[in-house]
Amino acid sequence: MGNELVDFALVSVALLGIGIYGLAVKRNFIRMLFAVEIVINAANLNLVAFARFLPHSGGQTLALFSIAIAAAEVAVGLSLIIVAYRMYRNVDVAEFRSLRG
Amino acid sequence: MADAAFVALSVLTVGSAIAALELRSMIYGSIALMGTLGGIAGFFFLLDSPFVALFQIAVYVGSIAVLILFTVMLVRRELIFKKVEDPRRRLAGIGLMLVFMVAVGAVVLDSGIKQVSAGGPPVEFTEIGEDFLTYYWPALVLMALVLAASVTGALVLARREEPDGAAAAAEIPAAAGEGPGAGEAGAEGVEHGQRAG
Repeated sequence: MGNELVDFALVSVALLGIGIYGLAVKRNFIRMLFAVEIVINAANLNLVAFARFLPHSGGQTLALFSIAIAAAEVAVGLSLIIVAYRMYRNVDVAEFRSLRG
Repeated sequence: MADAAFVALSVLTVGSAIAALELRSMIYGSIALMGTLGGIAGFFFLLDSPFVALFQIAVYVGSIAVLILFTVMLVRRELIFKKVEDPRRRLAGIGLMLVFMVAVGAVVLDSGIKQVSAGGPPVEFTEIGEDFLTYYWPALVLMALVLAASVTGALVLARREEPDGAAAAAEIPAAAGEGPGAGEAGAEGVEHGQRAG
C-alpha cells in the first residue's frame, strides 16, 4: 500500500477547512448543512485512516456510529429547514428572527 | 508516496466539496455533495475497510443526499439560484480557511504521524461486529433509540397543521369581536398591520 497516513490526514484537513469556510461565509441554510456534512466526513476519514494504520477496530466502529448519528442530524436539520421555509418563505438564516413553532 | 487512485480520489473529493458550496444552483450543489460523499467512500475502500465504505454509500449517497435533493427541490425556484453573500465576508472566510489549512497542515506534517506506516493486516469486519455486540452494545442500543427519536422528531416538526391552524385563526377574530373594547383592539390591529406593511 503506497498511501501513508499523513496523506489521508492532509486530505481531511483540506475538507475540514472547506467546511469551516462554508459555515463562516454562507447564509443559505441548506448550504450550511452541506458544510456540516463535509466537516463530519473529514472526521470520519480521519477515524478510518487511523483505524487502518494502528491497526485497531475501534476507529471503524466509531466511524459507523458517527455516520448513523449524522443521518439523524440531517433528518432533523432538513425538517428544521422545512419549518423555517414554511414560516419565512426563505432559506436565508439572516431572515430567521425566531423559530417558534 | 501516494498512488494514482489516491490522487484521483482526493481531487474528486476536494473539488466536489468546493463545487458543492460554490455552484450557483443548489441542485447541482447537492449532486456535487454526492460526489464528495462517494469520494470519501472510495477512500474507505483504499483504507481496506469495505464495510464502512458500503455503509457510507448506503447511508450518505443513498439516503442523505437524496433527502437533501428533495428538500432543495421543495424550496422556491428563485431561492435555489439566489446567492446572498457579503464579498468582504467571503474574502475573510477564504483567509480563515487558508490560515486554518496551513496551520493545521503544518501541525500534522510536523507531528510524528509521518513515520507511521501500515503495521499489520487490515481490520476484519467480523471484529467490528464483535465490538458492536460486546463492548459497545449499550451505545448500539442508545444509537437505535436516538435514530428512532430523531426520525419521530423530524416527522413531528415537518407535519403540516393547516386545518387546525385555519380553524384557530378563524376563531380568534370572532372571539375578539364579542368582548368589550373590541373596536379599539381591531383598530390597533389594523394600525399594526399598516406599520408592519
